[in-house]
Amino acid sequence: MATVRKIEINPITRIEGHGKITVHLDEKGGVNEARFHVTQFRGFEHFCKGRDFREMPVITPRICGICPVSHHLASAKACDALLGVEITPTAHKLRELMHAGQFVQSHALSFFHLSSPDLLFGFDADPAVRNVVGVIRKYPDLAVKGVLLRKFGQEIIQVLGGKKVHPWHSIPGGVNRSLKAQEVDAIKAQVPQMKAAVKDAIALVKGYLEENAEKAATFATLETAYMGLVQDGFLEIYDGDIRLKGPRGRIIDEFPDWAYLDFIGEHVEPWSYLKFPFYKPMGFPHGSYRVGPLGRVNACDDIATPEASAELAHFREGAEDGLVHKTLYYHYARLIETLYGVERIEELMEDPDVMGSDLRVTSTELYPEGIGVIEAPRGTLIHHYQVDENGVLTGVNLIVATGHNNHAMNRGVDMVARENIHGGEPSEGILNSMEHVIRCYDPCLSCSTHAVGRMPLHLEIFGADGSLKREVKN
Amino acid sequence: MAKVKVATVWLEACAGCHMSFLDIDERLVDLVDLVDIVYSPIVDGKKIPKATVGVIEGALGNDEELHLAKEMRKQCDIIVAWGDCAVFGGINCMRNFTDRRQALKEAYVDSPSTVNPGEVIPHEDIPHLLPQAIPVDHEVKVDVYVPGCPPDADTILWVFQELLEGRVPTVPSEMMRYD
Repeated sequence: MATVRKIEINPITRIEGHGKITVHLDEKGGVNEARFHVTQFRGFEHFCKGRDFREMPVITPRICGICPVSHHLASAKACDALLGVEITPTAHKLRELMHAGQFVQSHALSFFHLSSPDLLFGFDADPAVRNVVGVIRKYPDLAVKGVLLRKFGQEIIQVLGGKKVHPWHSIPGGVNRSLKAQEVDAIKAQVPQMKAAVKDAIALVKGYLEENAEKAATFATLETAYMGLVQDGFLEIYDGDIRLKGPRGRIIDEFPDWAYLDFIGEHVEPWSYLKFPFYKPMGFPHGSYRVGPLGRVNACDDIATPEASAELAHFREGAEDGLVHKTLYYHYARLIETLYGVERIEELMEDPDVMGSDLRVTSTELYPEGIGVIEAPRGTLIHHYQVDENGVLTGVNLIVATGHNNHAMNRGVDMVARENIHGGEPSEGILNSMEHVIRCYDPCLSCSTHAVGRMPLHLEIFGADGSLKREVKN
Repeated sequence: MAKVKVATVWLEACAGCHMSFLDIDERLVDLVDLVDIVYSPIVDGKKIPKATVGVIEGALGNDEELHLAKEMRKQCDIIVAWGDCAVFGGINCMRNFTDRRQALKEAYVDSPSTVNPGEVIPHEDIPHLLPQAIPVDHEVKVDVYVPGCPPDADTILWVFQELLEGRVPTVPSEMMRYD
């Protein structure tokens, strides 16, 4: 049946960036299709051309204020490749430390500040209280734990990079400072409290998922492939091979990051500024996969730190083929990774290399292409630069984490719309459920709109005549 | 005492100024006793209501952002521009030296990983780019400027405290940062 009406949810709130959802309705008020739109475009790939490549670790963090460290590090790795250098153990570990700090702060923000209100108050609770302020009022202890966990991660970034948002620490070939003994002690002293805070959040999520097992089983659940970096099969966030695991648990492919163009393509739809990456040998949309916390914990064999590894074993209990396809489990996976982040920080604080003085490797070489890949909190992030003989950029290609989940987010929104909208005006709670599909993926729409603008989130529900019924956008 | 109503919005920007606001950390708990956040990316309102203070992060880069800035001006008594993008246009202005259509073609057709034989450029149901990215005060009056990329959390909090005391502050130079 033809689309006669569109409902638009605009803006999608409590996500990072700008997006909307549209629901296309037929004559009887049934759902033809629901779409998740990214509505901003900023043009980094274009306007960075002509700049000196050494500026990129400072320019590209401005793509995203939530995960600036991701761009800072992916960019620095691409610059290392241009110089053809292997950085020192001290530089490697300090970059990893900053990245672990970012995982803790970004995941804490996603869970405590943005998503927990839906779990604590319910998807159909009063929108006026269903937010972080409501959590502060009703659950002050939990809220303060979330605030302090985020602060812990942000302070590690600040110690190394001078400030919490848009730090400057990594440079082509290394880093510009290491840690002092008292800084190591100050970080170390906070670890027990932070571990306790993450474990409280894990208990909360587990309780929620058990109490709402039926909802969790069906809510936007998708059987997909999963992507993430691995190092000897272990979950990895800074440096490793890219692994793709199929929906039945078979490893489909594992390839070095510099070979990404042979394996990853990007599809374009006319209604979103965010492209749709896919596994090239399988084509679009069949080759779509998911990334981020659920992608990584599904793609890896295990996690290298003991407490996160034990939690992962619990996460996988009863999961067929060792994979969890339930979208609400993104929250649980995110907190397992937060625990990994805190444990990794603890390990690094015991390593004398983080106080080392061998910070930077110089080079007289300059290669024409450099590729840097890391796991951003939201998934695999790729920076690819081309330069001329003077180091002036002639080509920039960025594939951002959120993009990989674009197809899955669209399918999830479509599923929830079809299940819940059957004529008549959908309730605010149903529309919020559709927004929560997006929140599960914790999309970074600033990153997604890096291309040339901002990426608003925009949801429209259309009627059978193509008229707009309702729109949700941020 | 009635709480002061505050609306915040992010336009063409990276969300970093809002993150810097959240970096006031525990002090957030006290602040929410004094202000009522009626519209913001961190709460669920879909329409901008009347508010005393309206905070804008980000430059104006497309028609929707321009519309939102004008709505904020209409609904709020005092407009605060947070961060270099809102105050000066920021990093977004780097695109002003390039051609919009070329930028779109490069991102959606020419990039090495893109598979787009039909050369589709996104255009349906999404905002259109303005010819240039511009600072907020090129289109609407701004009352308080808080530059920085991002401004310090302490500076952001100080501005709120001043506004809560009934003053419209000018940020002193020692509280500003430009990186």
